[in-house]
Amino acid sequence: MVEQVLDSMDIERERGITIKAQTVRLNYKARDGKTYILNLIDTPGHVDFAYEVNRSLAACEGSLLVVDASQGVEAQTLANVYHALDAGHEVVPVLNKVDLPAAEPDKVKQQIEDVIGLDASNAIRISAKTGQNVPEVLEAIVTRLPPPKGDREAALKALLVDSWYDSYLGVVVLVRVVDGTMKKGQLIRMMGTNATYEVDRVGVFTPKLLPVDELGPGEIGFLTASIKEVADTRVGDTITDDRKPTENALPGFRPSIPVVFCGLFPVDAAQFEDLRAAMGRLRLNDASFSYEMETSAALGFGFRCGFLGLLHLEIIQERLEREFNLDLIATAPSVIYKMTLRGGKDIEIHNPVDMPDPMQILEIREPWIEATILTPDDYLGAVLKLCQDRRGAQVDLTYVGSRAMAKYNLPLNEVVFDFYDRLKSVSKGYASFDYHLTDYKPADLVKMSILVNDEAVDALSMLVHRTRAEGRGRAMVEKLKELIPSHMFQIPIQAAIGGKIIARETVRAFRKDVTAKCYGGDISRKRKLLDKQKKGKKRMRQFGKVDIPQEAFIAALKVDV
Amino acid sequence: MPSDDVQDLGGQAFGVYVHWPFCLSKCPYCDFNSHVRHVAVDEPRFLRAFVTEIETTAKRTPGRTVSSIFLGGGTPSLMQPQTVGTILDTIGKHWKVAPDVEVTLEANPSSVEAMRFRGYRAAGVNRVSIGVQSLEDGALKALGRLHNAREALDAVAIARTTFPRYSFDLIYARPGQTPASWKPELERALSEAGEHLSLYQLTIEPDTPFHTLHAGGKLVVPDEDTARDLFDVTQEICTRAGLPAYEISNHARPGAECRHNLVYWRTHEYAGIGPGAHGRLDIEGQRHATATERRPEAWVMRVESDGHGIVTDEELLREERADEFLLMGLRLAEGVDLNRYSAIAGKPLDPLQIKMLSELGFIETDASGRLRVTQAGFPVLDAVVADLAA
Repeated sequence: MVEQVLDSMDIERERGITIKAQTVRLNYKARDGKTYILNLIDTPGHVDFAYEVNRSLAACEGSLLVVDASQGVEAQTLANVYHALDAGHEVVPVLNKVDLPAAEPDKVKQQIEDVIGLDASNAIRISAKTGQNVPEVLEAIVTRLPPPKGDREAALKALLVDSWYDSYLGVVVLVRVVDGTMKKGQLIRMMGTNATYEVDRVGVFTPKLLPVDELGPGEIGFLTASIKEVADTRVGDTITDDRKPTENALPGFRPSIPVVFCGLFPVDAAQFEDLRAAMGRLRLNDASFSYEMETSAALGFGFRCGFLGLLHLEIIQERLEREFNLDLIATAPSVIYKMTLRGGKDIEIHNPVDMPDPMQILEIREPWIEATILTPDDYLGAVLKLCQDRRGAQVDLTYVGSRAMAKYNLPLNEVVFDFYDRLKSVSKGYASFDYHLTDYKPADLVKMSILVNDEAVDALSMLVHRTRAEGRGRAMVEKLKELIPSHMFQIPIQAAIGGKIIARETVRAFRKDVTAKCYGGDISRKRKLLDKQKKGKKRMRQFGKVDIPQEAFIAALKVDV
Repeated sequence: MPSDDVQDLGGQAFGVYVHWPFCLSKCPYCDFNSHVRHVAVDEPRFLRAFVTEIETTAKRTPGRTVSSIFLGGGTPSLMQPQTVGTILDTIGKHWKVAPDVEVTLEANPSSVEAMRFRGYRAAGVNRVSIGVQSLEDGALKALGRLHNAREALDAVAIARTTFPRYSFDLIYARPGQTPASWKPELERALSEAGEHLSLYQLTIEPDTPFHTLHAGGKLVVPDEDTARDLFDVTQEICTRAGLPAYEISNHARPGAECRHNLVYWRTHEYAGIGPGAHGRLDIEGQRHATATERRPEAWVMRVESDGHGIVTDEELLREERADEFLLMGLRLAEGVDLNRYSAIAGKPLDPLQIKMLSELGFIETDASGRLRVTQAGFPVLDAVVADLAA
C-alpha cells in the first residue's frame, strides 16, 4: 500500500496537506464482539477549505480531533473544533506522532484544555505511523461517539456531500443517508434543483470505490446516475425518493464563494486554448473555483479566476502547470471591493483594471476578517508588529502557558499578498493562522499603477490603502529593478497614483556584451547560443521595448512591506 | 566601405579551412580544438590524411573556384613548410584556384617558427596572421604564451619582409587592464602593424583553466564599464590610424580585409579540412553544416578508413540559415542585405524590431536595402542580434 493513501494528489503528498476530503468505510469488530460499520471522512485543515470541513461535519455524528503532539494546537485546530462543536459533534481528542522525539503529549494535552477548552483527560496517544494505540481510536469511535439515528423505513433523505467527475463512472455523488435506503434502479430527486435521476449504482469507499446493493441510514457512500455535469449537482442538496419523497429537506449549507481573485495568463500566448481546456477540466472536480475570460494589455488573453483563499490559488495554479503542462503568469491577488458611485449606483470590483475614475467614487468598502493567530510568545512581538503594519486592530490577546493567542481584525487585502509567508517567516514557522470574513468597512483606497519604461503594466496595478501606497510602491519598484534584466537602454520603473509618481528606480543599460572570436568557422556554436537567447526571450513578456521575465510578476507581489 | 575587390559577391567566394590541431602548450584562455602531444606528431601520416580529405571534399564540391585558404589551429606554424606546400598543391590539383587567391597561415611568434616563414612563403602562403596577443611581457606570461614581446616584434618584422600581407592578433580587456594602460600598447601595435590587425576582447570560455579561476574569484576581468571604455578607445585609436573596424574585432585599411574571414561573415561557402574543422557547403540547393572528428588521432583513422573525417553533416533549416546570416553578417561594418535575408528566411525581418533598434540608434538601414549595426550598436551586438532574430 502506498503511504498517505487518502491524500492522493501529488501536491497533497508533497506538501503534506489534505485538499480534498476523502471517505473510507471500515468494518470493525469491537471488543464487545459486535462488528460495526465505521464511516470515516478525512478532512482538510486549512482555512481555505473550511467548506470541505463543514460539509463533512454535516455528514457525521462525531469527530476525532487529531493533534500533532510535536506541533501542538494551531489556529486552524481551534477553528475546526469550533465548527465541529457548532455541528453538535462529540469530539474525541487524539494525540498523534507520539513516537517522535520532539513529541510533548502532556504539554499538548494541556494546550487542548487551555486553548480550546475541551476535556482532554481521555485523549488517546497514538502514532499513526507505527500503529501504536490505533485500535484504541477505533474503539473510541464505537464507545464514545453517538451512533447514527436514522429510520430505515422512512422516506429516503440523504445529504449530497460532494460530487466530482470520474473518467470511467462520470459524475460521482458522495452522499450521507439520513433516513430510508438508496439502491440501484431507484428514481431519486434532488430537492433543491428538482431534477430526477435513476440510480445506476451505489457503493462505498474502501477507500477504492466498491459497489454495494444498498445504502442505509448512517452510511456514507456514492451514487452514480447518468448525471451529465458536476454543475448539475448542488452540494448540500437533499436527495429523496421521487415516488415517496420526504417532507422536510435537510438544512444544507452555504455555498462556498470565492474571496480572492487573480488573473492567470499563459506565458506563451499560443497556450490560451490549452489553458481554457485545463480550467474546464479542473473545474469539473472543484466547483469552488471560478473563472471568466480576461484581456490584459500587458499579458494578452487569460482568465480572471476566483479562489477560496491564497492556498487554493496556489494549488490551482500549480495543478494547472503540472497536470496540464502550462506556464502561467499570475497577477496580483485581489479581493472584492464594493463601491458606491456618485449617483448612488453600487458596484463590486475584483480587478484593479476595472477601477472607475476616483472622481466618480463616493465610497469604497473593503472586506475585513477576524484573524486568530497562535504563536510561541518569543515571536509575539514580531507577530503583533506584522498585524499592526497591516492595518490590524487588536481584538484580544491571551496567554496559554508559553503560547499567545492574538485575535485581530484585519483588512483582507493586506492578508492576500504575503501575510501568511511573512507570519511564518517572523515566527520561524511556529505561528499558525486562521480567519473568517466579518464585514465590509469604508476604506481610503487608491489604485497604484506600475510603469515600466513609461508604460503602465496593467497586470501589476493594485488597489492599496493610501497610507500603505508609498511603502508598497517603493518595495515593488525595488524588486522589479532586481528582476528586470538590463537592456540596451535604461529603463525607468515607477509606481504612480493617478499622475503622481510615488516611487522610482532605474534599470541601467548594459554597455557591453561579449562577442568573441569565431573559431575555424564554427558558426553552429554561436547559433546555439543565439537559440538559447531566443528561448530565454520566449519566457519573457514584451512591454513596449522591455522584456519582463514571468518570475517578476509573481515575485513583485511577494515584496515585504 | 570595402573597396570593389572585396565587395560581397553573392555566392561566388569559396574558402578552404585547414586545421592543424597541435600546440606546444595549451593557453589557459583557449577553448579551440588544440592538443599538446609529448611524443613527436606523425606529420607525414597527418599530411596523407589531409590530402585524402581534400580529395574527398573536392569531389563533393565540383566546379568551385577557391578564393581563399586559411591554415588555422592549433599552431599551424609547427608544420614543416613542405607539409604546407603539399596541402596547397593538393587543393590546387582538385579545385580551380583564383589567380589572386589569399593563402593565410596562423603563426606563433617564436624565433623557431619565424625561421620557417621563408619556407611557408615559398610553399605559396601569401599572408601570415601572427598570434602576438600582447606587447607586454607580464601580460604574455599571464596569458600562458611561450614568447615575449621582443620575439613577437622580431617575428612581425620578419613577416613584413617575407609576406605580401601580414596581420597580428592582440587580446585586450585583460585582467587589470585600463584604457590608460591599453592605449600606449595599442598605439605601439599600430606602429608595427601592416594593413590588418585583429583585436579580440578576452572572453572566459567554459572548460578552460581561466574559467575555473574566474569562477573561483581568482581571475578578475575588467567590469562591463571598463570593457566598454576599452572597446571605445580601441575603435577611436584604430579609426584615427586608418584601420577602422570592418568587423567587430578586425581592423584593416580599406581593401586589406581578410578575405577568408569575410567568407564566414558573409555566409559564403567554405570547406573544413582537418580535425574539428567546420564547413558550410551548398549541395543540391541545401546548405550543409559539416564538422569533423575533433580528436586528431581519431580523425586520422576515420579519414584513412572513410576518406573523410566528417561526423556531423546536417542540412540547415531556413530559420537556422537565417540566424547564421544575421549572426555573422551583422559583425561586419557593411552589414547585411535585407533582400538576401528575406530570400533565405522566406520572410522579411520584423519591421517593428528594425524600427525599435533604429530609434535606439543601434542599427541603420539605407536606400539600397542594407541594414548595419552602428558604432553605438557594436558594443551590444549580441543583444541586437538576439532582438532581430527573436
